[in-house]
Amino acid sequence: MADLRCEIAGIKSPNPFWLASAPPTDKAYNVERAFRAGWGGAVWKTLGEDPPIVNTASRYGAMSYNGQRVVGFNNIELITDRPLDVNLREIKQVKRDWPDRALVVSLMVPCEEDSWRRILRSVEDTGADGVELNFGCPHGMSERGMGSAVGQVPDYVEMVTRWAKSHSRMPVFVKLTPNVTNILAPARAARAGGADAVSLINTVTSIMSVDLDSMAPTPTVDGKGSHGGYCGPAVKPIALHLVAQIARDPDCRGMAISGIGGIETWRDAAEFIALGADAIQVCTGAMHYGFKIVDDMIGGLNNWLDGKGHGGLGDFHGAALTNLVDWQDLNINYELVARIDQASCIKCGLCHIACEDTAHQAIAVSGPGPDRRFEVVDEDCVGCNLCQHVCPVEGCIGMQAVDNGKPYMNWTQDPRNPMRAAE
Amino acid sequence: MTRKPDIKAGRLPAGVYVGNFADIQPPLDRAAALVEASRCYFCHDAPCIQACPTGIDIPGFIRGIATGNLRGAAMKILAENIFGGACARVCPTEVLCEGVCVRQAQEGRPVPIGRLQRHATDFLQAAGSQPFTRAADSGRRVAVVGAGPAGLACAHRLAVLGHRVTVYEARRRPGGLNEYGIAAYKVPDDFAQREIDFITAVGGIDLRCGKALGGDFDLAELRGKFDAVFLAMGQAGVRALEVEGGELDGVEDAIEFIARLRQADDPATLPVGRRVVVVGGGNTAIDIAVQCKRLGAEEVTIAYRRGPEQMGATRHEQEFAQINGVRIRHWLRPLRFAGDNGAVASAQFEYTHMGDDGRLVGSGETTEIPCDMAFRAVGQAVQSAPLREGGGEAPTMSAGRIQVDGDGLTSLPDVWAGGDCVAGEDLTVQAVQDGKLAATAIDRHLRG
Ligand SMILES: Cc1cc2nc3c(=O)[nH]c(=O)nc-3n(C[C@H](O)[C@H](O)[C@H](O)COP(=O)(O)OP(=O)(O)OC[C@H]3O[C@@H](n4cnc5c(N)ncnc54)[C@H](O)[C@@H]3O)c2cc1C
Ligand SMILES: Cc1cc2nc3c(=O)[nH]c(=O)nc-3n(C[C@H](O)[C@H](O)[C@H](O)COP(=O)(O)O)c2cc1C
Ligand code: SF4
Repeated sequence: MADLRCEIAGIKSPNPFWLASAPPTDKAYNVERAFRAGWGGAVWKTLGEDPPIVNTASRYGAMSYNGQRVVGFNNIELITDRPLDVNLREIKQVKRDWPDRALVVSLMVPCEEDSWRRILRSVEDTGADGVELNFGCPHGMSERGMGSAVGQVPDYVEMVTRWAKSHSRMPVFVKLTPNVTNILAPARAARAGGADAVSLINTVTSIMSVDLDSMAPTPTVDGKGSHGGYCGPAVKPIALHLVAQIARDPDCRGMAISGIGGIETWRDAAEFIALGADAIQVCTGAMHYGFKIVDDMIGGLNNWLDGKGHGGLGDFHGAALTNLVDWQDLNINYELVARIDQASCIKCGLCHIACEDTAHQAIAVSGPGPDRRFEVVDEDCVGCNLCQHVCPVEGCIGMQAVDNGKPYMNWTQDPRNPMRAAE
Repeated sequence: MTRKPDIKAGRLPAGVYVGNFADIQPPLDRAAALVEASRCYFCHDAPCIQACPTGIDIPGFIRGIATGNLRGAAMKILAENIFGGACARVCPTEVLCEGVCVRQAQEGRPVPIGRLQRHATDFLQAAGSQPFTRAADSGRRVAVVGAGPAGLACAHRLAVLGHRVTVYEARRRPGGLNEYGIAAYKVPDDFAQREIDFITAVGGIDLRCGKALGGDFDLAELRGKFDAVFLAMGQAGVRALEVEGGELDGVEDAIEFIARLRQADDPATLPVGRRVVVVGGGNTAIDIAVQCKRLGAEEVTIAYRRGPEQMGATRHEQEFAQINGVRIRHWLRPLRFAGDNGAVASAQFEYTHMGDDGRLVGSGETTEIPCDMAFRAVGQAVQSAPLREGGGEAPTMSAGRIQVDGDGLTSLPDVWAGGDCVAGEDLTVQAVQDGKLAATAIDRHLRG
């Protein structure tokens, strides 16, 4: 059995699977159920100043795709709607009862030093392991000058982070919004302010869908809708990219990363860790299936680590970063050709029509009806691998490297590049 | 000692019949339809389209179901097959579209195309409006003989194209075997008539029931009065079973009994034997056997002279009969029905096997299956006499069927034919395709 223990910003947890600040971490009741189920840590649902905010009905939108429910999820919820002292009391009790789990408290108060000083002091009294500054929420709170309204202005990020560091001894996580043009600006600002870690991503600004009968965006509140925040499996690719950008950035070096966005399985989590995340957080996956999914996340990651001969997370942390390069560093001389395994081909013709209509006319059809055969025309195949993606049979279409004898050459060295630096 | 045959109605508790003759395959609800529709890969030049005798754009209509465009889905179906609702229920999909579904090859479970087709067509019928319109009146008139699927499919297409059609039907009600032949639990709740109402509501179709070619008029008269004639009389005759004892009480042609069952308001009133023997191996044999069982017969045996592979009924249908408690016995050739006081008491058979030359060989050994009722289900035949009535020119016959070319044109220049009265698969869907193709050819002829 591999060792799943994890440490991020000095906070230890028995595994890297934390719940993100959201409804699953809104109360002691939920968080205790989560810890009983095996989650390694939790970021408590964002606290604010009293009086508590008020939420709407409904609050959630979801995207189903071909019958698969909740491929993407969206909400117009705000921060916790319970009084501050109730939350603080529960946090204290949970931390006392579950000392081995990580418990971090998410915070969002107005951009005034006093507000931050006050709330940080109360959180410190609970014995919580750290705080997460919610600079990410893209709806409701941002209109009040909080959440992503702060996260989108690097100067504010730095200022508030500095306040948090100076008014508390706790490790500080800064939760970033993806709703920016360049994630490195707020990330570097957090670093400059002294953040111990960044957490990302928070939700992506979105309109989930439009109800064509009522002509209202969803989720709908008494016939009206409002933009919300998008999350769930659909946002994972965006999150992976943003996490990796920060992990590769020399200016952010030394700052830990808590990866969030669309994580539902051990494999998702492993991908974030491979791109430099030190721990991960989950929201939608738990909201869709319940806390029990952590079982397979723990078991699956363990088995995978064992299979690879890794002893722990450190053995592959950031391992994919060395292979993440800029486009111009890719080998232009590398060639692939598609290969169709005739034995497993079910003759659906999707590879043919995709290549014929939208790629390079490199898959030929021969023969009639169900006996037809699809074959790659090697000379015309450019190795784009569209066919491989549309083929519904796993493993039926493979991409084979062509032994062309050419050496590595990237675009900066390519004679076809008009901008090539003079030799 | 003489034994009285045990034949009576109401063998089962009163409440059981409703269930026994209800839909054998209930409709998919919306959620299930979405899940199944999403299993369709939207194949390019899909094999299922080629396997459908009417060439419905199957991936196309399934996509409509998946996107919530049910009306578009239904119209895609009806554009090629106006009996899309009936076909969704009665087609042996396991040997047609679903048999070649790539999901079948991939995972042994095809997309349930028939059930999805029903989902879409049910939606349109329930919507209640008439989606078809007719082209401007062409001034041309066409006679159709027979209001089965072939005749009505032809009539509908012709009507849409602007021609006026008169359909002559010998029986009291239209529909052909959809109304008188198909097993009751495949088309319950008077589905056949509801579908026909939907089809004829397009207008331009004058349906005359109780009017038979050969009895009420002859072919020469029709050819004189109309610009073209389409013959779609099905197979109104039964193929003879040349064995003794056919005249005994309790021995009957399966399709007669099935027609009575289909027309009965309450199946509980239909007398059925305690022990039933069915001679034959096709659709009809399966249908009569299962329906007898569901009427309360205790023992039902299908006796077929060859093996399971040679049966006209698909494997799926054979299994369906077996699940229903019907015993299927192979390699038994009927010798005679034996009686007791004029009523059948048993059916006697000779064991057979396949000879080296592929011909059936009797072994000389015999066996007997006691029964109270025995049904002949050895096939139907085209009645050619009505075509010759009046002494006018009759279309050429070939191997017992009306001879036609690829468009359905007979040996007479203004007479087309299709469905079970011509060669080809005896299936509802094939009848519809024949009617559709003939309509297109007739339209060309009339405008040409
Ligand atoms: C018991 C049974 C079960 C079947 N089950 C299935 C099934 O599950 N699935 C499937 O696909 N196929 C099934 N079939 C086959 C299918 O029913 C036929 O292939 C199809 O109905 C043929 O259509 P048709 O229009 O050619 O003929 P029919 O449906 O037979 O219609 C012919 C019509 O012409 C009328 N007619 C006949 N002579 C005259 C005349 N002289 N003047 C005027 N009208 C006349 C008849 O009364 C009848 O209404 C079954 C057949 C039988 C017998
Ligand atoms: C209903 C809902 C409420 C959320 N509330 C908060 C919140 O109060 N504070 C916060 O920092 N993030 C909040 N989030 C964002 C999540 O913590 C998380 O960053 C985001 O959902 C992406 O992760 P996921 O794809 O696993 O859901 C919320 C998300 C959802 C769905
Ligand atoms: S890899 Fe691209 S170009 Fe080559 S056959 Fe597949 S789709 Fe066509």
